[in-house]
Amino acid sequence: MTDYFNEMYDSGQVRAPYARLEDWMRAMPAELRQMKQAEAEALFRRIGITFAVYGEGGDPDRLIPFDMFPRVFTQNEWRRLEKGIKQRARALNAFLLDVYGRGEIVKAGKIPARLVYQNEAFERAVTGFTPPRGIYSHIVGIDLVRTGPEDFFVLEDNCRTPSGVSYMLENREIMMRMFPELFRENRIEPVDGYADALRRTLASVAPAKCDREPTIGILTPGHFNSAYYEHSFLADLMGVELVEGADLFVEGGFVWMRTTEGPRKLDVIYRRIDDAFLDPLCFRPDSMLGIPGLMDAYRSGGVSICSAPGAGVADDKAVYTFVPEMVRFYLGEEPILQNVPTWQCAKADDCKYVLEHLGELVVKEVHGSGGYGMLVGPKSTKEQIELFRLKIEENPENYIAQPTLALSTTPTFVEEGIAPRHVDLRPYCLVGEKIELVPGGLTRVALTEGSLVVNSSQGGGVKDTWVLAE
Amino acid sequence: MILTVDHVTTYQYDQPMRAAVQSLRLFPSRFDGQRAITWEVAVEGGLRGGAFRDGAGDKVEGWSLRGPVSEVTVTVRGQVETIDTAGVLRGHRETVSPFAYLRETAATWIDERVEALATEAVRGAESGLDRAHALARAVAEAIAYVPGATHAHTTAAEALAQGEGVCQDHAQALAAAARAVGMPARYVSGYLYARDDGAPHEAAHAWAEIWVEGIGWIGFDPANECCPDDRYIRLGSGLDAREAAPIKGIAQGLGEERLDVSVALEAVQQ
Repeated sequence: MTDYFNEMYDSGQVRAPYARLEDWMRAMPAELRQMKQAEAEALFRRIGITFAVYGEGGDPDRLIPFDMFPRVFTQNEWRRLEKGIKQRARALNAFLLDVYGRGEIVKAGKIPARLVYQNEAFERAVTGFTPPRGIYSHIVGIDLVRTGPEDFFVLEDNCRTPSGVSYMLENREIMMRMFPELFRENRIEPVDGYADALRRTLASVAPAKCDREPTIGILTPGHFNSAYYEHSFLADLMGVELVEGADLFVEGGFVWMRTTEGPRKLDVIYRRIDDAFLDPLCFRPDSMLGIPGLMDAYRSGGVSICSAPGAGVADDKAVYTFVPEMVRFYLGEEPILQNVPTWQCAKADDCKYVLEHLGELVVKEVHGSGGYGMLVGPKSTKEQIELFRLKIEENPENYIAQPTLALSTTPTFVEEGIAPRHVDLRPYCLVGEKIELVPGGLTRVALTEGSLVVNSSQGGGVKDTWVLAE
Repeated sequence: MILTVDHVTTYQYDQPMRAAVQSLRLFPSRFDGQRAITWEVAVEGGLRGGAFRDGAGDKVEGWSLRGPVSEVTVTVRGQVETIDTAGVLRGHRETVSPFAYLRETAATWIDERVEALATEAVRGAESGLDRAHALARAVAEAIAYVPGATHAHTTAAEALAQGEGVCQDHAQALAAAARAVGMPARYVSGYLYARDDGAPHEAAHAWAEIWVEGIGWIGFDPANECCPDDRYIRLGSGLDAREAAPIKGIAQGLGEERLDVSVALEAVQQ
């Protein structure tokens, strides 16, 4: 039986940041709790924040479960995380600038050339072009887990278009509406500056050819996309355009938006579609979502694309292993946040170890995301483990493995009352003229007892995340 | 040698299209083997977009046409001075790592046949240069020059299986074969001036370049069993024919497209 770190109770004592919440929790009768839970659900439903679960069928407008019990960090805990996250975001961007330029880190032998240049996410088409300020990943979502009071690990980096920030904002909004007293009793750092910060970040990377206040647009694949709510929500909050590929065209080296008053030039595109679908002339010729000629406009400096095409080579699970090395190589600093020890099945020794310890490890696909194609050894049946053994033997390059981490728990409202459930954290770091991080992030919670998989696509829920002011 | 180029590409549509966008890789590369004296690219009725030089050293220029579009005519005219560098791409400025050219694409997929051909070809070859020459020879032997035997989307593996093809098939097969034995390789598009000595001739031509450690990129033309010399004009490169295509375009609408190409190369008498 593994001993999990409980963020609220440490050796029977309530930890300081949760002190006031304990009174609140004790004072709340079951009926009131149920009523509040129903109220929260109604609010979420009314504002339309739902999450379509990939590949599971059923109700596409299913609500992502919201747990009312907040997750709390002290100012001190947060400061350390913030420093570590910003450091990592800087290193990841330095890596991207380097591998699309001279490739010094490869030449120095710090990372294998194959991992970078033969990576599916490496876009040869953007070599030779430096995006404004040399920034490739403007919104870096870093997934963190905690295993002890001082022990945080980075599970993965998301350098392309990390989703979920709308939940961070909405969870807070709902909590403030339902429990205003909690926000009087506790001094909680606000998160509502995120939209302004994102707008500032995007505006700060407008192309050099833009000589006025830049026009910004969010490029969405459309309403059938599971994150469409978030795209429209962010466009709304920032007061920018929400556009689809068909709304845009390229002419004279610029990107134009069709409007009722005629074409309007678009300077910065916050794209929420994958590289492959951006421009059928450059990437997938069958893309119906993209804008023909977009990459020519981008590479000749007529428009900025956030995140920059090709940014994905930094968040590949096989490249992840080298992020601490990137911090040392580019910044000359020691990494503040630790990586989870990772075995690369591509290496014969690692692969042998993984196959011998499948029952203890978490195995992931190198290019997978969202908790799909993943094996949690200790929670799997013999059949599931044997199936993975075959998959790994067939294509070892495609898999990495990590120890099953003792993810921390926080109190969570469940049917029987309150019980500890495992959580992770995704803060959203903005990289533009400045590097900014709102105090908070998205806490995901594995609602099933004992489960360590927090992905919303696998039935996880979300919580409001507090950072206490001093 | 001084070569003049007159290259006209016309796309005709049987019903007017809403708009058209093009990305042109139609500019002579800058390296010791060639120098443009004059060079003009124009799209009739089109608007010139941004131009840039990519990490592989290719100049790319975007163009667009407002609808209704019933015809797109791309005209290339110019004069290039060439010298024979024995296929070596000397003095070419590029930043992409050669390792980026080890990746397979759909058109250059390495199947068992490609792998077998490549492995067999390099057996006994000692230097990288020998290996590259051996690969080019093997591809030339494996694919007979038969116009019309393949089409634009034929893959390297398919062309090898069929044993017939044109310069595009030779170039893709050579790129795939070189990668199969761990040598970075790429597809190159350009022009070839055919003398009247009966040498094969496809004025709009394609060949492959292989990265040879210690020397750099070297061109190999399996179709003509030689390395590019002063009869060749190099335009651009990519992992396969689609990536290196001199003209990429999309016209929006329901019309059927008809393509007409004329390329004339002449040597200026000195």
